[in-house]
Amino acid sequence: MRIVVCIKQVPATDDAKIDPVTKRIVREGMKAVLNPFDLYAVEEGVRLKEEFGGTVVAVTMGPPSAEKALRECLSLGCDEAYLLSDRAYGGSDTWATSYALAKGIAKIGDADLVICGKQAVDGDTAQVGPGIAAHLDWQQCTYVSKVLSFDCNELVAERMNEAGSDRVALTLPAVLTVVKDINQPRVPSLRSVLASLEAEIPVWKPADIGADVDKIGLNPSPTRVVKTAPPPPRSGETLHISGDAAQAAAALAAKLTQLGFTEGK
Amino acid sequence: MILTNEIPKEAYRNIWILAEMNGEAISPVTHELLGAARGLAEARGADVVAVVLGSGFESTVEDLAAYGADSVIYADDKRLAAYNDELEANLLTRLIKAYRPEVFLGAATARGRALIPRLAVKTVSGLTADCTELTIDAETGELHQTRPAFGGNLMATIKTPNHRPQMATVRPRVMKALDPDYTRSLQSIVREEILPEETENIKRILETVREHQGAVNLGDAQIIVSGGRAMKGPEGFKMLQALADKLGAAVGASRPCIDAGWMPYAHQIGQTGQTVQTKLYIACGISGQIQHLVGMQGCDTIIAIDKNPNTPLMQMADVAVCGDVFEIVPELTKLL
Repeated sequence: MRIVVCIKQVPATDDAKIDPVTKRIVREGMKAVLNPFDLYAVEEGVRLKEEFGGTVVAVTMGPPSAEKALRECLSLGCDEAYLLSDRAYGGSDTWATSYALAKGIAKIGDADLVICGKQAVDGDTAQVGPGIAAHLDWQQCTYVSKVLSFDCNELVAERMNEAGSDRVALTLPAVLTVVKDINQPRVPSLRSVLASLEAEIPVWKPADIGADVDKIGLNPSPTRVVKTAPPPPRSGETLHISGDAAQAAAALAAKLTQLGFTEGK
Repeated sequence: MILTNEIPKEAYRNIWILAEMNGEAISPVTHELLGAARGLAEARGADVVAVVLGSGFESTVEDLAAYGADSVIYADDKRLAAYNDELEANLLTRLIKAYRPEVFLGAATARGRALIPRLAVKTVSGLTADCTELTIDAETGELHQTRPAFGGNLMATIKTPNHRPQMATVRPRVMKALDPDYTRSLQSIVREEILPEETENIKRILETVREHQGAVNLGDAQIIVSGGRAMKGPEGFKMLQALADKLGAAVGASRPCIDAGWMPYAHQIGQTGQTVQTKLYIACGISGQIQHLVGMQGCDTIIAIDKNPNTPLMQMADVAVCGDVFEIVPELTKLL
C-alpha cells in the first residue's frame, strides 16, 4: 500500500494580534506552520500504514521554506517527503495547484490512496483535494470522518454532510479529504523529530514531474485575484452592559428587541 | 491561453445555478442562488437556468420560476438520490459542454464544495469558493467575485478572464432570495438522462444517514448562541440550548469544549471547526482565542457575556455584557 498525503504550509494564527482600530487580526510577521487540518490527514495516513502496511509519502507545493512543514510530516510518521518548488509554480490557483500535485503524485507512483486535510486555513477553498481527484480521474470522498475498511481494491468511508452522513465505497486509487474528528494526531517523539531533520527531501521542478509549464503558475491559472482589501471594520463602539444579573439581562433583552431578534417568536 | 477549452468566450451565455437538494425536496438555498443569478442575468440580458439533479422532485421544478428561473434542465433518477461526486460531475460536464453557460453558481455546502471543484477541473473553468458578493460587467460578462480569505481577514476580488463558464460557490444565507412571483412561468423544461458511460468509475453509496430533527446545521443558522470553557460542562450547554430555543438559534462551542467532550465536533466554531457568518452571535464565557475569532468575526452583530471585561472577545464585541453567564443567561431566557 502506498499512501500520499498532500499538505500545505500556512501562516500561523497563534501569535496574531487584534488591531485596536479595525478589530481585525493583524497578519504581519506571522510564522509559518503546517496547515492544522493536514495533521489529521498525516495521522490517518500513518495509522492506515500501521494497520495495513506500506509507506506514507508527504508532498507539498510551495517555497523552499515549505520543507519545514514536510519535516514535521516525517517526524509524525511519514516515510518520505517531496517538495514541488520552483518559480514556475508561483501564483498557481487551485486548478493549477491541483494539476501540479496530481503530477507529483503520478511521479511518486503506485499510490493507492491520497489523503488531504479538509481545507487549508489560509485560502479556505477546499478545492485542491477534489481538484487532484479530477486531474487523476480518481474517485473522491470529502469530509471523511471515519475509514471503515481498506484493502487493495476498495475503501469504505463515512463522510459528513449538513444533514447527517453517508457510508460510501470507493474503488482505489482514490482521494480523501478528512475532517478533524477522524482521529487524534500524535505528538512526535524527540527521536523522530531529530531523525526528520536529517532526512533528505528531494525538490522537484516542473520538468522533474512532467508538468506542462503551460498549466502551472500565475498566467495559465483560470482565476486571477484582482483586488484584496481589508474587510469593512466592525462598527467601532462597543456597548458595555454591566450591573446585577437581572439588570444586565433586561438591558440585553431590550437591545435584542431593538435589533429585531425577538420578533416572530 | 493553452488552458482554455478553445471555444470563444462569446459562445457562452446564460447564468446557471445548480439546485441544492434536501432529500427529494429542492433546498431553500436554491432560491438564494436564483436571486443572485437574476441580477446577473438582467445585467447581461441573459436567462437564468436552474439545473436540478436528484430523485423524486420532478413535480416541483415549475416552482423555481417564481424565484427567478427562466428555464430548468434536470435529471430525475434514483441513482441521483444520494450525492455521488463522480456521477454528478460526469453528467454536468456533458451539460456544460453542450449548453455553454457563461456563469455557473452553486451552494458552498458539503456537496457543492466537493462537486464543483471536480467539475471546474474537468471543464477547465475558474472557480471561486464562498463568494459573498457577485457583480458582472454588463459588456464583457466578466464576473467579479468577492470572497473572504484568511478566516475573514482579507476580502479578495477574483476574476476569471479567459475561461468559461465562470464558476462560483455561495454560502447559504449570504445571497437574498426574491419574493416569489407565482405569475412567472418557465420558458422551457429540459429533461436529461444519465448516459451509461457516466456511471463508469463512480463510487457506491452504501447508506445515507439523516440525523433527526434538531441536528446542528450551523451554516444554516441566522443566530448562534455559543459557549466556551467557562460553561464548565455539558450542563452549561443545556442552559445555552434553552436560550437558543427562545431565539430560534443554533448552539455553537469553542474548541476546548469539544476537546473536553461537552459537545460534539459538529458544534465547533473556529479555525478547525466551522466558520460562521450569522446575523447574531452570542458568545457566552468564550475568551476569544484567535482560533475562535477567525471562525466568527464575520458575524453581523456580536454579543459577548463574560465575567472578565478584558478578553479579546469582550473587546471585539458590539455588545459586551460583564457578568456571570450562569446568572445572566437564565434571566435573559426568562425575559424573551
